[in-house]
Amino acid sequence: MSLLSIRDLAIALPKGADRPHAIENVSFDLAEGEILCIVGESGSGKSMSANAVMGLLPEGVNPVKGSVNFEGGDILGLPERAMQAIRGRKIGMIFQEPLSALNPLMRIGAQIAEVFEAHGLLTPGERQRRALELLREVHLPDPEKAIRAYPFQLSGGQRQRVMIAMALALQPSILIADEPTTALDVTTQAQILTLIEELRQKRGMGVIFITHDFGVVADIADRVIVMEKGLIVEQGAVDDVLLRAKHPYTQKLVRAIPGITAGEKQDFEAAPVILKVRDLNKTFTTGGGWFKAPRVVHAVNKVSFDLRTGETIGIVGESGSGKSTCGRCIVRLIEPDGGSVEMGGVDMAMLKGAALRSNRKRIQMIFQDPFSSLNPRARVGRILTEGPIAHGTPRREARERARELLELVGLDASAMKRFPHEFSGGQRQRIGIARALALDPDILIADEAVSALDVSIQAQVLDLLADLKTRLNLSMLFITHDLRVAAQVCDRIMVMQHGKLVEIGPAGKVLSEPEHPYTRSLLDAIPGKAYEQALKQVVEAG
Amino acid sequence: MTRSPLILAWRRFAQNRGAVIGLAILLVVVIVALLGPTLMPQSPWRMVGRPFLPPLTDGALPLGTDAVGRDVLTGLVHGARVSLMVGLVSTMVALLIGVPVGALAGYFGGWVDDALMRFTEFFQTIPSFALAIVLLAIFQPSLFWIILTIAIVSWPPVARLVRGEVLSLRTREYIEAAILSGQTSLQIIIRQVLPNALPPIIVLASLMVATAILLESSLSFLGLGDPNVMSWGYMIGAARTVLRTAWWLSFIPGIAILLTVLALNLIGEGLNDALNPRLQRREE
Repeated sequence: MSLLSIRDLAIALPKGADRPHAIENVSFDLAEGEILCIVGESGSGKSMSANAVMGLLPEGVNPVKGSVNFEGGDILGLPERAMQAIRGRKIGMIFQEPLSALNPLMRIGAQIAEVFEAHGLLTPGERQRRALELLREVHLPDPEKAIRAYPFQLSGGQRQRVMIAMALALQPSILIADEPTTALDVTTQAQILTLIEELRQKRGMGVIFITHDFGVVADIADRVIVMEKGLIVEQGAVDDVLLRAKHPYTQKLVRAIPGITAGEKQDFEAAPVILKVRDLNKTFTTGGGWFKAPRVVHAVNKVSFDLRTGETIGIVGESGSGKSTCGRCIVRLIEPDGGSVEMGGVDMAMLKGAALRSNRKRIQMIFQDPFSSLNPRARVGRILTEGPIAHGTPRREARERARELLELVGLDASAMKRFPHEFSGGQRQRIGIARALALDPDILIADEAVSALDVSIQAQVLDLLADLKTRLNLSMLFITHDLRVAAQVCDRIMVMQHGKLVEIGPAGKVLSEPEHPYTRSLLDAIPGKAYEQALKQVVEAG
Repeated sequence: MTRSPLILAWRRFAQNRGAVIGLAILLVVVIVALLGPTLMPQSPWRMVGRPFLPPLTDGALPLGTDAVGRDVLTGLVHGARVSLMVGLVSTMVALLIGVPVGALAGYFGGWVDDALMRFTEFFQTIPSFALAIVLLAIFQPSLFWIILTIAIVSWPPVARLVRGEVLSLRTREYIEAAILSGQTSLQIIIRQVLPNALPPIIVLASLMVATAILLESSLSFLGLGDPNVMSWGYMIGAARTVLRTAWWLSFIPGIAILLTVLALNLIGEGLNDALNPRLQRREE
């Protein structure tokens, strides 16, 4: 008998939403000890299904049909009090962002103890003891110390472990994990996935794992559900769905995943150097007072490289490796402490005022977050023309050019009159690219430019970038944490760790025979490698 | 279909019943302030009847007369214009000081921030009402100086608020993009930063108008107002000695102040809800 069985579930969205139902006709079962992955792009309703199970739907969003059968009864639409007894005790949940899910003012031990307290279990002493046991079980390093720590003193991965410990505190029979590794680095992600796998085996829990990452799915799922626009388009055993996808949408998603093997790369040895970075240095000093030595972080530590005309260099590394700081130092959004950034015989690091402004024209940036990178109160026309106008282009000419740019990035010229919030994430990123191109730069710095996008949109934007690069003969610095993306677009890859450049070389070589152990550990942590091999065989077999 | 954020905000505002009521009251006060003196051209200082005439006893003087026989209704109508003008103009002046101070401090940071914020704190550490009394004791008690005094004591919160907003806005990626596109700092502050800091400023400003009206009334009550101008605060102040025998003389202008300030607060709250980006996102 299955642990949880959802039948014909439909959830209505409030009037005026883009579709009448958040999810419709959703039916699936979860067996004991099974990991069921729900995959889909943003807005596909994958989180909504899980929230319905927990009775945690946002206001104005209500289930209208179907049933959620758990332990012999329908728990859909149960009163709040009855749901409280189920939440945590019978069904545990972990979220994407462990920092905002933990109370910043409470010690870890107290937060775990609170779970018992909320359900009126155990005495205060026993609660502390159980908390310690749980922290041990989720392999938190130094649990005796961690129990007295505050959330901000732990790293992202450690916080996620605490969240898991809290979810497991009352030994639920089901664990719902909503994108639990999306905010984590690839090596940390691998550890958390191993932990979930281990706990599942030990406790025989059913796990519903919501993700957008097919690599993760391939590594941990027993069964997979693929959702699109609120409907289940395909479900089945992991190999059936991923290797022998039947539905065209699943096939499209699977195809959109970039491989980690480098594609066709050009050699730019002979091309002229367009950007020459030497000994770039940046330290951040935090804290410190009269009685305490300040903490000094070498965000960028003596980084040197040459970028050649037409070439794309990928800067990869985990969060905190200094890759973004490096990019921002080059364009002087952050003032470097030392070193030189030479572009066409001019040292960018030395320029000031108007000279800096006019030289910066040649090197533009594409940003990560398509929601905060466009001024929400400016129409697209203004966003695209402000730069050229600041550099003395007449308004009419700038608007003409903006229309051309919009068409160049695959948007309609009518977008000029609209506001950013009227566009989807992928479209906004296209606007961001158009803005970067408005000043006719020679070099583009893309800072995690596709990280916030769904995989199919990601593929489109990457194609657009590749196309623009050859058409306009651009050179590019591509900053990313995602080695798959780097493999796809970069000619050379440079790996950063703790602010230092540990390895730089042709993409193919860095990915297939890495020299530095850190590069190797990054490559090993990428989820879904075995699956990729299997997929290749299936494709080759026809 | 293009809907500007402004139209969306107005729709949300219109859904808030309290805010619409507030707006209606304020509109009535504004109309009275604009047209009143034309409809009641006689001077509010002229004695028209016997003193202490209670309200609703004489059809020609519906709200009665005060201690020296002046028409209370005429005083109220002329006072509306003064109160509103003091409230609006002093708030505007306070914004003119506070917004640039806050924006420069927040945007440039470093020693600019330090210098401007210490300057702001200098004004914040002195109780504002005491400072206003001292300033008015130095200046002449004319309408011009009263407005300026109120502005001087009420700009620091604006600077604080704007600084905070700018601090969080200036790390946004679109600001970085604007820097990269070669816009000057001044252009960025005016075109990119301030428009996005506007919602909380508008909300604060609507509440500041209310505070300014109260402050003017308090100053007039203490006799520090412009002696040539009939204001609501002056009317209350003049009637305070006869509070027990002719309570309505304080009560009627008091109600006028209460309604106006209440209306402004309701509007402020409505604006806050309408312009709150979080609620905005939920609707999208």
